[in-house]
Order: sequence, then C-alpha cells, then structure tokens
Amino acid sequence: MKLLLIRNKKWIVLFLIPSVIGYVVFSLIPMISTVYLGFSSWDVISGKPEIVGMSNYLKIFSTKEFYQVLGNTLKYIIIYIPLMLLTSMLIASLFNTDVKAVSFFRVLLFIPVLTSWVAGAMIWRTVLSSQYGLVNNFLKLLGITGPGWLTDPKWAIVSIALVSVWKDIGFFSLIIFGGLRNINHSIIEASKVDGANRLNVFRYITFPMVTPTLFFVLVTAIINSFQLFPQVMVMTQGGPLGSTQVMVERIYTYGFKYYQMGYAAALALLLFIIIMVITLIQMKLQKKWVYYE
Amino acid sequence: MKKMKVVFVVLFAFMFILSSCAGETQMPADEDGQAEVDNTGTNEDAGGQDTQEMVEITFMNYSSSGANEEVLGEMVEAFEAENQNIKVDVRTYGFDDYFQQLATSIAGGTTPDVFELNIENFRAYANKSVIAKIEGVDTTNIHPTTLEAFAIDGVQYGLPTKFSNVVMIYNKDLFDQAGVDYPTNDWTWEEELEAAKKIRALGENYFGVYRPIQTWEFYKTVVQNGGSMMNPDQSEFTINSPENVEALEMMIDRINEYNVTPNADQMGGMGDWDLFKSGRLGMLVTGIWAFSDFTENADFAWDIVVEPGIKEKATHFFSDAIVVSESTEKKEAAIKFATFISGSAEAAAIRLEANWDLPVALTDEVTNAYLAITPPENKQAVIDSLDYLVMAPSLENFNAIADTLNDYLEQAVMGILTPQEALDQAQEEISGQY
Repeated sequence: MKLLLIRNKKWIVLFLIPSVIGYVVFSLIPMISTVYLGFSSWDVISGKPEIVGMSNYLKIFSTKEFYQVLGNTLKYIIIYIPLMLLTSMLIASLFNTDVKAVSFFRVLLFIPVLTSWVAGAMIWRTVLSSQYGLVNNFLKLLGITGPGWLTDPKWAIVSIALVSVWKDIGFFSLIIFGGLRNINHSIIEASKVDGANRLNVFRYITFPMVTPTLFFVLVTAIINSFQLFPQVMVMTQGGPLGSTQVMVERIYTYGFKYYQMGYAAALALLLFIIIMVITLIQMKLQKKWVYYE
Repeated sequence: MKKMKVVFVVLFAFMFILSSCAGETQMPADEDGQAEVDNTGTNEDAGGQDTQEMVEITFMNYSSSGANEEVLGEMVEAFEAENQNIKVDVRTYGFDDYFQQLATSIAGGTTPDVFELNIENFRAYANKSVIAKIEGVDTTNIHPTTLEAFAIDGVQYGLPTKFSNVVMIYNKDLFDQAGVDYPTNDWTWEEELEAAKKIRALGENYFGVYRPIQTWEFYKTVVQNGGSMMNPDQSEFTINSPENVEALEMMIDRINEYNVTPNADQMGGMGDWDLFKSGRLGMLVTGIWAFSDFTENADFAWDIVVEPGIKEKATHFFSDAIVVSESTEKKEAAIKFATFISGSAEAAAIRLEANWDLPVALTDEVTNAYLAITPPENKQAVIDSLDYLVMAPSLENFNAIADTLNDYLEQAVMGILTPQEALDQAQEEISGQY
C-alpha cells in the first residue's frame, strides 16, 4: 500500500504517539497497578501498600456478598439483554422503512443516549417514586397499584434494567439499523419473486445477514452490563438491602469509602477476568449462529 | 507550510493530553476571586517585591459547600488581611465527594496543607500519621468538648472550627391546625407520639414526625433509652443490648404501627427536608444547619425545641476541625490559618452573622449574639442541647461499620428481621469483623 511508504511512516507514528501515551498513562499503567494492588492491602491515605498475597481474593470468595453481587448482575443481564436486543431489532427494522420523518424519530430516540447518566437517573428517580411518581400515578389510572420501583428489593434491579434499556436503545438500534442497511436489496427482491413472504424474508435473509452486527451488539452490551455503575450510584446507591449492589459499585465503595483499596483492586481484576471469560465464550459460540459471507 | 501545520497539530494534541494529567488544576470554589488560582500549588516565592516571603497554602473543606462558600471567603479575606504574606487557596467539595477527593489527593502526593475533618473520620487520619500535632496555640477560648474530640491522649491534632447539633424542628402552623400545644423541653417520646398522631390525622399526606433510621440516629436514640452502641471505653460493641432493642422497636413502631412517620414508599424518594418544607410534616429531628435553608424556603411558621428523650435526653454533637498535614513544608502558616478560623473573634463574628453553625469560641458575647439571630425564636434550645450531647463513636472503620449496621436496620424496618434479630446479627457481624 502506498500509504505505508517510509516517508509516510514518520507521520503515522507521530500522530499515533499522543494516543499511545494517553493509553499507556491512563489505561495500561493503572491496569498493571491494579493487578499489583490486588495482592496488597492499602488504605489510600497512609504511605505504601503492603503485600498480603492472596488474602484479598480468599476474602472475596468467602463472603456472601460476592455471590449476591454476581446474582444481582445476572438478574440485570437476564432482563436487560433480551429486552434490549428485541426492542433494538424492532426499532431498527422500523428505521429501515421509508416512512416520512423517520429520521426525526432516529434523532429523538438518540437523545437519551446523549443525556448524562446522572441527569437521566435523577429524573427517573422522581418518575419511579412509588407514591408521587408519574409511572405509578399513570398505572393508578388503569387501576393497577404499581410496586415500589426503587424501594422494593425485588423490583429495584428490574427498574434499573428498564431504565438502562431506555438509555441505550437509541444507540444499539442505530447500529443494527446500519447493519440492516448493508443488506443487499437484490437478494430480497429475488426471494420475493420466488414467493417469500415478509416473515420468511426476515427469518431466512434479513436476520442471518444482520447477525454479525447483532454479535457486536451482544458482546458490547454484555460487557457494559458487567460494568453497570452510574444508574446504581444515583438511583439506589446499592440498595435497598443490597439488591442493586454490582461489581463496580462495590469496587468504588471499598476503595473510596472504606479505604480498602487492595480489596477493591482484587475485585476489579476479578471483574476483568469474568468479562474476559464470558467474551471468549461468546467468540467461540460465534460459529454456531453468526453468518459471515 | 503543510508540514508546519501538522507539527503544530501534533504538539497541540500533546499539550492537551499532558495538561489534563497534571495534578493541581482545580479552580478554587471561591467565586469572588479572592483566593489565588495556582496550578502548581506549592510555590514558596510567589511574590517578588515583598521583604517577607509569600507563602501559599492550600485549604480543602466541605462544610462551606452549598450555602456558605462566600462566608468562608470572607473569613479567608480577613485572615489574609492580617497576614499579608500568606495566601490561601481554597478548594471546596460537597460532603459526599470530599473524603474520596481527599484520599485521592493524599495518595497522589498532593495532600493539602490544611484541610477539614469531622469527628467520624478524624481518628482514621490521625492513626495513619497523616496529620500533624498542633502545639503552642492558645485554646482558652475554645469549647473544651470540641477540643477533646480532636485530641488523642492529650495531644491536639486538630483545631475545631464549629460545632453543630440536632434539635427538633416543628411546623407551628400544623400544630395550630391540629389544635395541639407546641412541644416543650420537657417532652418525652410519649407526648411526641400523641401530637404526631393528631397531626397525622389531618390528612393522608400529612405526617407527624420524622427521624431517619440509620446508624447516626441509632447511636444517639439508644442513649435516650439508657443504652449505647459501644461500651464506655469504646473497646466493645453493645449493639444488641435490651435498651437498644427497645429503642429500635419504638423507632420502627412509629413507621409501621402508628404510621406517624412515613415509610420509604410514602416518602417517595423525597428528602426529609423537602418533606418538611412542603408543609406536610409536623416535627423533624435534624441538624441546626437546616436553619438557613428553612429560613429562606419554608413559607410557614416554625420553631425548635430540644429533642424529646425517652428515659433521658440525648442529642447529637457534630464538630468539624481543621487539621494540618504532617508532610507540609508550611506548617507555621498552616497552623496560623487553622488557629484563625478556629478561635479568632473575627471568624466567630463572620460565622455568627451568616448563621453558619456555632463557633467553638463560645464566649458569652458570642452566645448572646447567636441567640439574637432568628428565626428560629427558641435558639436557646441549641445551647441547651449541649447538656445532653452524645458523640459519634470514634472508630477507624466507621464508614464500613455504619453501612453494615444500616443494612440490618433497613431489614428491621422492612420487617424482614425483628429488631432483636437485626441487632443480634449486627452485633455478631460487626464485633467479628472490626
């Protein structure tokens, strides 16, 4: 490729250096320190971390809390992922139609994505208030008594998942929409000539051809789910009764509130390993359902 | 030309990245520009022509955040006027963020020269040799209890600047509406419950009394019933003593049995201050730092009284102090500043005028000036409450312990555990771990 001639290489390297430095300083070095800190005990404000070997990890696995936290995250994923995939797929298909002003709706749906999580979470906290919030008052009109969305331990994580769907749907549906647009229309025309109805077109043509995009969406969404944080911090702070405590919230609390940075770092490394394992599993399963031309 | 442009863009990108990872780039919270904006923080010779060297010290605090940043600015101005060679760089954070920011600054080697601590967090910092001893300072004017709170084995590690406590604030209009006499200092929980029931009866959205059920409220309320969270020399926890269990039962009954206190659903995400300001709450047990907010925002008549007790009275006592970093090179200036904010008559006067908590330099003059500023009319209750004060347990792991206890208290409120079970389990877990 002409672009990789020696004389261009200089400029390529020069432009890459700022990003690399940023990455090394703000990502790589902190990651390495986290691994180190995970094997130490450090209360942040006094001097040096002292190495304690595996004791942080042993402590983590021996507490009920760790498994409860994983359980909360799992509950979140089970609600968030299927719902988000289905609705994004649906909306992306709607975006793919030639209805007038569809781009207006694309923008509208993208606005939550652009909103800061803190602002969005604060508003939702009021909307979901069990006595005075919009949601329950609306349900009252229909004769339904809404639950304590954020105050009932059974419902809190569900509410957080639903609010997260609201926030992310604009983003993921846009990505899937991009995938849909890339489908060659002539194949669809040909199939219609052969007598395929709308459902068949979707099942045998559209869906398989959009699976690479769906795969990307699935992997990204699951990684993000494990990193759930701002919604929890603003709406429930891990409560009620620890039903919305998730890994990153615990890392923050142990590190900055309890001054146990070593323990927090161990949690962080564990989270990394968990996410990595799950992503690898997904990559392996790719072959079974993702269709590449 | 093209090459120059490219180099320029790359250099610009470099600068952008490097500037964002430098340590001291925070703007001082002081909006009127009186404090210096200094990006490197620790320059000794900032002034050129003076015969004395200019010293700049950084001061980190939380208590002025929100309503009182200007007041702190005034105090800093007064200090700088008296000490022409010292400049104070003020950084203010909200209470929720402050301790994380402080810990991060210390970890990053940029400990502020002077900073604020409260009683709950003081011991952790003192034990880790982060703060310096304060010696050679005249502390005769300072309220002895506050001094003790920040001393360890007789050595002073912090200079208290102010203290505050908790009183019962009540809505006079609601009391009039319900036809109930105003609370007096003689009230116990019994009289309070009677009044609360009558106010609750005014309507579905009206509530009689509010106390939060969490660790801070717990450790004080149990004392009202003759119990205590720890034993006298703080060597053991006594969380599940019978008096404590009884007190917790009484607190929970107000929510679940009498419903004169709203439960979480009825609160609906609203804060307790907001509930009071909306005119729907008869009595609120909260800190005196609410006075300025209620003065400005409550559109009904209100006043205060010493909190009712159960078997005896007990009230909260909170204090904030300024401490000096052990590692600072400007100890002299730092101590001067701490002394000024803590014990000087000027600082006390500024604080009084702004109704910003109580100065620790509690001379008769100051007390009288304090009482003169109303609302509330019955400011004397603040001073009277000092007779019954209970301090927070001074523990290194206070945050973690408070959270653990809160979990159990929550479960008791929700009815998942009985108060006895909740406190038993809390006692077991906390004694075992800490």
